[in-house]
Amino acid sequence: MAADTTHATGAAEEYLDSPTLHVSGGDWDDLVDEATSLHEERIVVNMGPQHPSTHGVLRLILELDGETVTETRAGIGYLHTGIEKNMEFRTWVQGVTFCTRMDYLTPMFQEAAYCLAIEKLLGITDQIPQRASDIRVLMMELTRISSHLVCLGTGGMEMGATTVMTVGFRERERVFRIIEEVTGLRMNNAFIRPGGVAQDVSQRAIDLIREMVPEIRRGIRELELLVNENPIVKGRMVDVGILDLTGCMALGITGPVLRSAGLPHDLRKATPYCGYETYDFEVITRESMDAYGRLRVRLDEMYQSLRIVEQATDRLEASLGQPIMVADKKIAWPAQLSVGTDGMGNSLDHIREIMGTSMESLIHHFKIVTEGFRVPPGQVYVAVESAKGELGCHLVSDGGTRPYRAHFRDPSFNNLQATAIMCEGSQVADVIVAVASIDPVMGGVDR
Amino acid sequence: MTDLTQAQSTGGNPVGEALDTPGEPIVIGERRGMFGATAGQDTSGYGGLVVPIAFPGASARPYGGWFDAFVDTLAAGLEAEGTAYGDAVQMVVVDRGEITVHVAREHLPVVARVLRDEPALRFEICAGVSGVHYPGLSGQELHAVYPFLSITNGSKRIRVEVSAPDADPHIPSIVAIYPANTWHERETWDMFGIIFDGHPALTRILMPDDWPGHPQRKDYPLGGIPVEYKGATVPPADERRAFN
Repeated sequence: MAADTTHATGAAEEYLDSPTLHVSGGDWDDLVDEATSLHEERIVVNMGPQHPSTHGVLRLILELDGETVTETRAGIGYLHTGIEKNMEFRTWVQGVTFCTRMDYLTPMFQEAAYCLAIEKLLGITDQIPQRASDIRVLMMELTRISSHLVCLGTGGMEMGATTVMTVGFRERERVFRIIEEVTGLRMNNAFIRPGGVAQDVSQRAIDLIREMVPEIRRGIRELELLVNENPIVKGRMVDVGILDLTGCMALGITGPVLRSAGLPHDLRKATPYCGYETYDFEVITRESMDAYGRLRVRLDEMYQSLRIVEQATDRLEASLGQPIMVADKKIAWPAQLSVGTDGMGNSLDHIREIMGTSMESLIHHFKIVTEGFRVPPGQVYVAVESAKGELGCHLVSDGGTRPYRAHFRDPSFNNLQATAIMCEGSQVADVIVAVASIDPVMGGVDR
Repeated sequence: MTDLTQAQSTGGNPVGEALDTPGEPIVIGERRGMFGATAGQDTSGYGGLVVPIAFPGASARPYGGWFDAFVDTLAAGLEAEGTAYGDAVQMVVVDRGEITVHVAREHLPVVARVLRDEPALRFEICAGVSGVHYPGLSGQELHAVYPFLSITNGSKRIRVEVSAPDADPHIPSIVAIYPANTWHERETWDMFGIIFDGHPALTRILMPDDWPGHPQRKDYPLGGIPVEYKGATVPPADERRAFN
């Protein structure tokens, strides 16, 4: 490799003298036999980037000695979409549409972190209506449940337990029915907006939540009965992917992985936002430091999230009709969005006003919609507890209508660094379990 | 129960008397015209208006809240390590309830070590590094921003900011002190071209290995999308009509 280049690795041709085996499916024993016949002691296996168990497009480079993993490296970047750069060329409000697509299993958390950061930059944090904060909490907790369900479901499927997957995804659809009723979309909602939320939670949505929550609770219970004491699950997960508290601290690990090492660190309790300090819930921990502990943490966290969902629903029922957007119309959307029977639409009254009666309203509407609002120069860092750990948003404004710099500290990106320490010295089959226990989503990792 | 609005406005940081005391602002550039429209599109008659873009500048004591005690502890810790506080810390900015310590780049590792090891500070987690490119700040175009979190001391947050000139984009790596920053520094190298000296393997992480340039820099050329419609193309995002 030439010394003056910045390439991470040499071109593939440089290694042509060493034998290469191409494997796609088939029996692992056949591969091992074939590799042994080559008398090569060091085997490098490329797992991914499109392996079904890599949660997207994660590439794992494993060095094997027989069945034992001696070295693990994670290759990422296959899903880099330049979202942060794109956000610099869109208005502050449009940025929500971009960041919601980062970690596509936890859209509400990116939206919340981004909007809380904008509101802090604007200095309007204390003007956000209580009902808007309650709706945000409701949506974030529903998203936490759906994210954990996918984590457990796909994690189970990767171990061959397809029923765990079908139960997980079935319950996730129930959560999505609520989210769709409230936001109009299942994923990529762009629902939480600077200053509040895009749309109110109707009585119909509240009734649906009341109907769904017991069913989701029953589904999680079913999942628990299926996995908690299942000898195969325990055989695959207990003492696999071990990362102790020291390791977590050194690698900056947050979220369920950290809590599975026994530290009750949760930003919802430590630095409450959106009024989390007024909700009654517990931080779940386990002492086992392994994949099984993380499974149990996630299962128990879903029950806690359901508790918060119920409390938020009670509050929303009591505060029906109260504002969901900041009063300042320069920041809020000029009209309350209302969805018609076609699932689209805007406030008819507002359209009548700007098109029929007031030229000035039309001008204001046009300017706010096309140009957006300006944010005073400065920078903030706001972190929320996403389903995967600390999701931070570093926003810099230069006083314009767009972010000067938007950076997301994605928990998966940071936590994925623990792959090597969790996998090295273990069996190949344990790599899948260990990676699944981190719960990385490459959309968030690569952004 | 803590006051909701207080917790929201400060990110959990306790509110003191003077949490918003920026001094002389730092001008990073200027904005022309009334509506931010690029030349020729501003028909408001205010096209000649020039407004400086002023970032919050160095704050004067008292900073308010626990910030004074924090800076004192940091200063004492630095002195114990044989580094003068005035050499290491260029300025302290308190803005919007958050504290930013601007550190001279050669002293970043010792500051990070004091932040981690000093019992009264104990910032266990460095939540990565975020680059910012200010082409208008001559001699300190590239900034690296490190958010720190101390779980031990009540989830306090601070921020350390380090700058480097475009001509010499070197900043010492803190991977030896905060191993969690391995990938974050690689990302900032990848996106901004900041070379973190001492990083064990500073290679690209998100872009392909042979990618030319560093995409998040403000001078990185953006591509237009050629659309076959009567010979027209869609211009790059930074050349389109915009109001910024």
